[in-house]
Amino acid sequence: MNINNIIFPALSLGGLGLLFGLGLGFAAKKFAVQVNPLVPKVRDALPGANCGGCGFAGCDAFAKAVVDGHAPLNGCPVGGGECATAIAAIMGMEVKQTAKTVAYVKCNGTCDKAKEKYVYEGVMDCVSANMLQGKGSKACEYGCLGLGSCIKACQFGAIDIVDGVAVILPEKCVACGMCVSACPKNLIEIVPDAMKVRVACSSFDKGKSVKDNCAVGCISCGLCQKNCPYDAIHVNNGLAKVDYDKCVQCGICVDKCPTDAIVRYQI
Amino acid sequence: MSAYILLFIGAIVVNNVVLSRFLGICPFLGVSKKVETALGMGMAVTFVITLASIISYLVYGLILKPLEITFLYTIAFILVIASLVQLVEMVIQKTSPSLYQALGVYLPLITTNCAVLGVAVINMQKNYNLLQSTINGAGTAIGFTLAIVLLAGLREKIEYNDIPKPFKGYPIVLVTAGLMAIAFLGFAGLIK
Repeated sequence: MNINNIIFPALSLGGLGLLFGLGLGFAAKKFAVQVNPLVPKVRDALPGANCGGCGFAGCDAFAKAVVDGHAPLNGCPVGGGECATAIAAIMGMEVKQTAKTVAYVKCNGTCDKAKEKYVYEGVMDCVSANMLQGKGSKACEYGCLGLGSCIKACQFGAIDIVDGVAVILPEKCVACGMCVSACPKNLIEIVPDAMKVRVACSSFDKGKSVKDNCAVGCISCGLCQKNCPYDAIHVNNGLAKVDYDKCVQCGICVDKCPTDAIVRYQI
Repeated sequence: MSAYILLFIGAIVVNNVVLSRFLGICPFLGVSKKVETALGMGMAVTFVITLASIISYLVYGLILKPLEITFLYTIAFILVIASLVQLVEMVIQKTSPSLYQALGVYLPLITTNCAVLGVAVINMQKNYNLLQSTINGAGTAIGFTLAIVLLAGLREKIEYNDIPKPFKGYPIVLVTAGLMAIAFLGFAGLIK
């Protein structure tokens, strides 16, 4: 047996490995990129869902933006107050506590209350159904189709279809806003969680056709606007809208609404 | 000259690395959800395969052959590829942060892409010279990019289809990939 058979492979491969190792070590020095040590710390404090709810490409991009001062400390809607406090501690700054917000589906046209134009048997996807003549099977062309495009968009399992209408589960919702952009009807809005009095309708139709299509639609009668002592609800373009800055949750509009289109929201 | 062009086109379509040699299936299935990321992966692979085929040719010809230790080619090539990927990652991070962001995690993933090793081994087995190795490497890599981008485009469409439950996810992707391979079979024999 020739001893060279062992020495040559060991030496050549070892030498090759050493050469590459040295090369890489040299390259690591030469091409070292300065990273602000705060960035990985902020990144660790974030939830890591990479949902994009903050408006940046992901948690890494948001962490970098926070450290560079381009993003607010409380810019992460998923982490909420805790996360903002943690980031503030890392950055050595104070942060204003923000109220929790949640997504809200502005439609209450469940199967028994809203009429259907036809039986839909196509692709089970709101975007597809919305492309059809008449914008889906619901008689009201503003209403929730209940085919669950928002459920597919939600990374947190915070949406359910109950009785043909999407319902947000506030305890799971982090207000990332993915469902807002997924809904082809633009039905979903981010609202303050504490504001439970909400308008559960999005129809801009005239009162009569609303009434024909749905039992709980806003018929723009204006009773809520007239009876609100705080000037916190207004009817514009055939739809009531609550001004959450002024609303004190008295619930007078809920009682006055003849079609129950304004609700005190609870799960 | 025409022999080189034939080699190049042959490597892209006729002997497509994914669809007729069945190498590099892992990233082909794993990173083909979106056209954008598939393109990023394809670009990174193109870069690495082309460089790796040059360097592995040099390592084989200048080190392994003279020392008569060619049986070590697998481990030597893997060494080359792994260090090369590391180096490429560092250089890109320094010189082009935007490209680095776009390629993201796919760069390190290439280390374990068997297509890269496959090309180096094919170059060696067919006794290609340096220029042929480079052309074969680049062609193979472009073939990989072509295949992965095509599959990603198909998968984006499939997303919206009503797929029977047992076929959801990877089964339908494998069926799609199989049909693509059959389509590419049409090129077989085009170039001897």
